[in-house]
Amino acid sequence: MSQQVCYDDVEVGTELAAVNYPATRLSLVKYCGASGDFNVIHWNERIAKSVGLPDVIAHGMFTMAQAGRFVTDWAGHRATVLEYGVRFSSLVVVPDDDAGATISVSGTVEEKLDGNRVALALTARSGDAKVLTKARAVVRLP
Amino acid sequence: MAINPDLVGKTFPPSAAYEVSRVKLAEFADAIGDHNPVYRDRAAAQEAGFPDVIAPPTFPIVIAMASSARALSEPGLNLNYAMVVHGEQRFEYSRPLRAGDVVTAQLTISDIRDVGRNSLITTTTQISTVDGEHVCAAHSTLVERGGAA
Repeated sequence: MSQQVCYDDVEVGTELAAVNYPATRLSLVKYCGASGDFNVIHWNERIAKSVGLPDVIAHGMFTMAQAGRFVTDWAGHRATVLEYGVRFSSLVVVPDDDAGATISVSGTVEEKLDGNRVALALTARSGDAKVLTKARAVVRLP
Repeated sequence: MAINPDLVGKTFPPSAAYEVSRVKLAEFADAIGDHNPVYRDRAAAQEAGFPDVIAPPTFPIVIAMASSARALSEPGLNLNYAMVVHGEQRFEYSRPLRAGDVVTAQLTISDIRDVGRNSLITTTTQISTVDGEHVCAAHSTLVERGGAA
Protein backbone atom coordinates (compact mmCIF):
# COMPACT_ATOMS: atom_id res chain seq x y z
CA MET A 1 0.00 0.00 0.00
CA SER A 2 2.94 2.29 0.62
CA GLN A 3 4.20 1.80 -2.91
CA GLN A 4 3.05 4.35 -5.45
CA VAL A 5 2.45 3.27 -9.03
CA CYS A 6 3.31 5.92 -11.62
CA TYR A 7 1.70 6.25 -15.03
CA ASP A 8 4.99 6.04 -16.91
CA ASP A 9 5.88 2.73 -15.24
CA VAL A 10 2.61 0.99 -16.10
CA GLU A 11 2.50 -1.39 -19.07
CA VAL A 12 -0.60 -2.57 -20.88
CA GLY A 13 -1.16 -6.28 -20.38
CA THR A 14 0.46 -6.45 -16.94
CA GLU A 15 -1.34 -8.98 -14.78
CA LEU A 16 -2.10 -8.00 -11.20
CA ALA A 17 -1.82 -11.01 -8.90
CA ALA A 18 -4.98 -12.29 -7.21
CA VAL A 19 -5.80 -11.23 -3.67
CA ASN A 20 -8.27 -13.15 -1.49
CA TYR A 21 -10.78 -11.28 0.65
CA PRO A 22 -12.96 -13.02 3.25
CA ALA A 23 -16.73 -12.53 3.49
CA THR A 24 -18.16 -13.92 6.72
CA ARG A 25 -21.57 -13.53 8.33
CA LEU A 26 -19.96 -10.92 10.58
CA SER A 27 -18.71 -8.99 7.52
CA LEU A 28 -22.26 -8.87 6.18
CA VAL A 29 -23.76 -7.73 9.49
CA LYS A 30 -21.16 -4.97 9.68
CA TYR A 31 -21.83 -4.01 6.07
CA CYS A 32 -25.59 -3.88 6.77
CA GLY A 33 -24.98 -1.44 9.61
CA ALA A 34 -22.42 0.73 7.84
CA SER A 35 -24.31 0.92 4.54
CA GLY A 36 -27.89 1.01 5.79
CA ASP A 37 -28.78 -1.92 3.49
CA PHE A 38 -30.64 -4.27 5.82
CA ASN A 39 -32.22 -6.42 3.10
CA VAL A 40 -33.06 -9.66 4.95
CA ILE A 41 -31.37 -11.86 2.33
CA HIS A 42 -28.02 -10.61 3.68
CA TRP A 43 -28.56 -11.75 7.28
CA ASN A 44 -31.57 -14.05 7.62
CA GLU A 45 -30.96 -17.58 6.38
CA ARG A 46 -34.58 -18.62 6.94
CA ILE A 47 -35.98 -15.89 4.69
CA ALA A 48 -33.12 -16.18 2.16
CA LYS A 49 -33.94 -19.86 1.68
CA SER A 50 -37.70 -19.21 1.61
CA VAL A 51 -37.23 -16.92 -1.43
CA GLY A 52 -35.21 -19.54 -3.31
CA LEU A 53 -31.65 -18.53 -2.47
CA PRO A 54 -29.14 -21.23 -1.46
CA ASP A 55 -28.27 -19.38 1.77
CA VAL A 56 -27.52 -15.86 2.98
CA ILE A 57 -25.76 -13.95 0.18
CA ALA A 58 -23.28 -11.08 0.35
CA HIS A 59 -24.37 -7.62 -0.68
CA GLY A 60 -23.28 -7.03 -4.28
CA MET A 61 -21.82 -3.77 -3.01
CA PHE A 62 -19.69 -5.67 -0.48
CA THR A 63 -18.15 -7.65 -3.34
CA MET A 64 -17.73 -4.49 -5.39
CA ALA A 65 -16.02 -2.86 -2.40
CA GLN A 66 -13.48 -5.74 -2.24
CA ALA A 67 -12.60 -5.31 -5.91
CA GLY A 68 -12.41 -1.56 -5.22
CA ARG A 69 -9.85 -2.23 -2.48
CA PHE A 70 -7.87 -4.28 -4.96
CA VAL A 71 -7.77 -1.28 -7.32
CA THR A 72 -6.88 1.36 -4.73
CA ASP A 73 -4.28 -0.84 -2.99
CA TRP A 74 -2.60 -1.36 -6.36
CA ALA A 75 -2.90 2.26 -7.50
CA GLY A 76 -1.56 3.84 -4.29
CA HIS A 77 -2.59 6.84 -2.20
CA ARG A 78 -1.88 9.48 -4.79
CA ALA A 79 -4.10 7.89 -7.41
CA THR A 80 -7.69 8.97 -7.96
CA VAL A 81 -10.49 6.64 -9.06
CA LEU A 82 -12.39 8.25 -11.95
CA GLU A 83 -14.75 5.45 -12.99
CA TYR A 84 -15.63 2.11 -11.50
CA GLY A 85 -18.31 -0.27 -12.75
CA VAL A 86 -19.28 -3.93 -12.42
CA ARG A 87 -21.95 -6.42 -13.36
CA PHE A 88 -22.96 -8.85 -10.61
CA SER A 89 -22.95 -12.15 -12.44
CA SER A 90 -23.27 -14.67 -9.66
CA LEU A 91 -24.20 -14.74 -5.99
CA VAL A 92 -21.59 -14.84 -3.23
CA VAL A 93 -23.10 -17.41 -0.89
CA VAL A 94 -21.92 -16.97 2.71
CA PRO A 95 -22.29 -20.08 4.88
CA ASP A 96 -22.77 -19.89 8.64
CA ASP A 97 -19.29 -21.05 9.60
CA ASP A 98 -16.03 -19.45 10.70
CA ALA A 99 -14.49 -19.24 7.23
CA GLY A 100 -17.46 -17.82 5.32
CA ALA A 101 -16.83 -17.21 1.63
CA THR A 102 -13.69 -16.04 -0.16
CA ILE A 103 -13.76 -13.42 -2.88
CA SER A 104 -10.68 -13.67 -5.08
CA VAL A 105 -9.92 -10.56 -7.13
CA SER A 106 -7.36 -10.25 -9.90
CA GLY A 107 -6.81 -7.74 -12.67
CA THR A 108 -5.09 -6.73 -15.87
CA VAL A 109 -3.87 -3.36 -17.09
CA GLU A 110 -6.22 -3.04 -20.04
CA GLU A 111 -5.46 0.35 -21.49
CA LYS A 112 -3.38 3.49 -21.01
CA LEU A 113 -5.38 6.63 -21.74
CA ASP A 114 -4.50 10.31 -22.03
CA GLY A 115 -4.39 12.48 -18.93
CA ASN A 116 -2.40 9.87 -16.96
CA ARG A 117 -5.43 7.58 -16.89
CA VAL A 118 -5.16 3.81 -16.73
CA ALA A 119 -8.02 1.33 -17.22
CA LEU A 120 -7.97 -1.94 -15.28
CA ALA A 121 -10.04 -5.00 -16.13
CA LEU A 122 -10.98 -6.90 -12.98
CA THR A 123 -12.06 -10.44 -12.27
CA ALA A 124 -13.70 -11.61 -9.05
CA ARG A 125 -14.44 -15.22 -8.20
CA SER A 126 -16.01 -17.00 -5.27
CA GLY A 127 -15.64 -20.76 -5.35
CA ASP A 128 -16.11 -21.82 -8.96
CA ALA A 129 -18.26 -18.84 -9.91
CA LYS A 130 -17.26 -15.59 -11.55
CA VAL A 131 -19.11 -13.15 -9.29
CA LEU A 132 -18.27 -9.96 -11.21
CA THR A 133 -18.14 -9.49 -14.96
CA LYS A 134 -17.58 -6.35 -17.04
CA ALA A 135 -15.66 -5.08 -14.01
CA ARG A 136 -13.53 -2.11 -14.94
CA ALA A 137 -11.94 0.81 -13.17
CA VAL A 138 -10.25 3.90 -14.55
CA VAL A 139 -7.73 5.60 -12.27
CA ARG A 140 -5.57 8.66 -12.66
CA LEU A 141 -2.00 8.02 -11.62
CA PRO A 142 0.75 10.48 -10.78
CA MET B 1 -45.21 -6.30 -15.30
CA ALA B 2 -44.91 -5.61 -11.61
CA ILE B 3 -43.21 -2.27 -12.06
CA ASN B 4 -45.02 0.62 -13.70
CA PRO B 5 -43.06 1.49 -16.89
CA ASP B 6 -44.62 4.97 -17.00
CA LEU B 7 -42.06 6.02 -14.40
CA VAL B 8 -39.18 5.79 -16.91
CA GLY B 9 -37.63 9.24 -17.31
CA LYS B 10 -38.96 10.50 -14.03
CA THR B 11 -36.53 12.65 -12.03
CA PHE B 12 -37.25 13.00 -8.35
CA PRO B 13 -36.58 16.15 -6.31
CA PRO B 14 -33.11 16.27 -4.68
CA SER B 15 -32.77 14.49 -1.35
CA ALA B 16 -32.29 16.26 1.95
CA ALA B 17 -28.70 17.37 2.54
CA TYR B 18 -26.33 14.61 3.70
CA GLU B 19 -23.22 15.59 5.64
CA VAL B 20 -20.26 13.26 5.10
CA SER B 21 -18.57 12.65 8.45
CA ARG B 22 -15.16 11.21 9.29
CA VAL B 23 -16.72 8.75 11.70
CA LYS B 24 -19.08 7.38 9.04
CA LEU B 25 -16.27 7.02 6.49
CA ALA B 26 -14.12 5.13 9.01
CA GLU B 27 -17.07 2.90 9.95
CA PHE B 28 -17.71 2.09 6.29
CA ALA B 29 -14.02 1.42 5.61
CA ASP B 30 -13.93 -0.92 8.63
CA ALA B 31 -17.04 -2.73 7.40
CA ILE B 32 -15.47 -3.45 4.01
CA GLY B 33 -12.21 -4.43 5.72
CA ASP B 34 -10.22 -1.68 3.99
CA HIS B 35 -7.37 -0.42 6.17
CA ASN B 36 -6.27 2.38 3.84
CA PRO B 37 -5.33 5.36 6.07
CA VAL B 38 -6.71 7.94 3.59
CA TYR B 39 -10.21 6.89 4.73
CA ARG B 40 -9.59 7.49 8.45
CA ASP B 41 -6.44 9.53 9.07
CA ARG B 42 -6.63 13.19 8.08
CA ALA B 43 -2.85 13.64 8.03
CA ALA B 44 -2.45 10.65 5.69
CA ALA B 45 -5.20 12.00 3.43
CA GLN B 46 -3.55 15.41 3.31
CA GLU B 47 -0.19 13.83 2.55
CA ALA B 48 -1.88 12.12 -0.39
CA GLY B 49 -3.12 15.51 -1.61
CA PHE B 50 -6.69 15.58 -0.27
CA PRO B 51 -8.10 18.32 2.00
CA ASP B 52 -9.56 15.77 4.44
CA VAL B 53 -10.23 12.03 4.69
CA ILE B 54 -11.87 10.70 1.55
CA ALA B 55 -14.56 8.06 0.99
CA PRO B 56 -13.87 4.60 -0.43
CA PRO B 57 -15.01 4.47 -4.09
CA THR B 58 -18.19 2.52 -3.30
CA PHE B 59 -19.26 4.72 -0.38
CA PRO B 60 -21.52 6.98 -2.52
CA ILE B 61 -23.92 4.01 -2.73
CA VAL B 62 -24.89 4.79 0.88
CA ILE B 63 -26.13 8.22 -0.20
CA ALA B 64 -27.60 6.96 -3.48
CA MET B 65 -29.47 4.13 -1.74
CA ALA B 66 -31.00 6.45 0.84
CA SER B 67 -32.43 8.56 -1.98
CA SER B 68 -33.53 5.59 -4.09
CA ALA B 69 -35.29 3.95 -1.12
CA ARG B 70 -37.50 7.02 -0.99
CA ALA B 71 -38.10 7.06 -4.75
CA LEU B 72 -38.71 3.32 -4.97
CA SER B 73 -41.48 3.54 -2.42
CA GLU B 74 -43.37 5.41 -5.18
CA PRO B 75 -46.82 3.94 -5.90
CA GLY B 76 -46.53 1.60 -8.88
CA LEU B 77 -43.03 0.50 -7.94
CA ASN B 78 -44.03 -2.40 -5.77
CA LEU B 79 -40.62 -3.98 -5.38
CA ASN B 80 -40.44 -7.02 -3.12
CA TYR B 81 -37.02 -6.41 -1.58
CA ALA B 82 -36.48 -10.03 -0.53
CA MET B 83 -36.57 -10.79 -4.28
CA VAL B 84 -34.28 -7.91 -5.27
CA VAL B 85 -30.61 -8.43 -6.10
CA HIS B 86 -28.13 -5.97 -7.52
CA GLY B 87 -27.58 -6.37 -11.27
CA GLU B 88 -25.06 -3.71 -12.20
CA GLN B 89 -23.38 -0.75 -10.60
CA ARG B 90 -21.21 1.95 -12.08
CA PHE B 91 -19.78 5.17 -10.65
CA GLU B 92 -18.32 8.16 -12.44
CA TYR B 93 -16.45 10.51 -10.14
CA SER B 94 -15.75 14.21 -10.64
CA ARG B 95 -13.64 14.03 -7.48
CA PRO B 96 -13.45 11.84 -4.37
CA LEU B 97 -16.22 12.40 -1.84
CA ARG B 98 -14.66 13.62 1.41
CA ALA B 99 -15.41 14.40 5.03
CA GLY B 100 -17.15 17.74 5.41
CA ASP B 101 -18.96 17.52 2.09
CA VAL B 102 -22.64 18.38 2.36
CA VAL B 103 -24.35 16.77 -0.62
CA THR B 104 -27.73 16.04 -2.09
CA ALA B 105 -28.68 13.15 -4.34
CA GLN B 106 -31.05 13.40 -7.28
CA LEU B 107 -32.42 10.22 -8.77
CA THR B 108 -33.73 9.60 -12.29
CA ILE B 109 -35.35 6.34 -13.36
CA SER B 110 -33.66 5.65 -16.68
CA ASP B 111 -35.09 2.26 -17.59
CA ILE B 112 -37.64 -0.34 -16.51
CA ARG B 113 -37.95 -3.59 -18.40
CA ASP B 114 -38.60 -7.29 -18.09
CA VAL B 115 -35.94 -9.83 -19.00
CA GLY B 116 -37.31 -13.34 -18.88
CA ARG B 117 -39.02 -13.76 -15.53
CA ASN B 118 -37.16 -10.84 -13.95
CA SER B 119 -37.87 -7.12 -13.83
CA LEU B 120 -34.97 -4.71 -14.17
CA ILE B 121 -34.98 -1.14 -12.96
CA THR B 122 -32.09 1.17 -13.83
CA THR B 123 -31.52 4.47 -12.07
CA THR B 124 -28.97 7.26 -12.15
CA THR B 125 -28.27 9.27 -9.03
CA GLN B 126 -26.36 12.53 -9.33
CA ILE B 127 -24.56 13.50 -6.14
CA SER B 128 -23.53 17.15 -5.83
CA THR B 129 -22.56 19.45 -2.99
CA VAL B 130 -25.16 21.93 -1.79
CA ASP B 131 -22.95 24.56 -3.45
CA GLY B 132 -23.56 22.87 -6.80
CA GLU B 133 -20.22 21.07 -7.30
CA HIS B 134 -20.73 17.70 -8.97
CA VAL B 135 -19.08 14.85 -7.07
CA CYS B 136 -20.32 11.58 -8.49
CA ALA B 137 -22.90 9.84 -10.66
CA ALA B 138 -24.11 6.42 -9.54
CA HIS B 139 -25.79 4.18 -12.14
CA SER B 140 -27.61 1.20 -10.61
CA THR B 141 -29.56 -1.71 -12.02
CA LEU B 142 -31.70 -3.67 -9.58
CA VAL B 143 -33.18 -7.04 -10.51
CA GLU B 144 -36.47 -8.20 -9.04
CA ARG B 145 -36.30 -11.98 -9.41
CA GLY B 146 -39.58 -13.32 -10.71
CA GLY B 147 -40.92 -9.75 -10.92
CA ALA B 148 -42.19 -10.25 -14.46
CA ALA B 149 -43.88 -13.57 -13.73
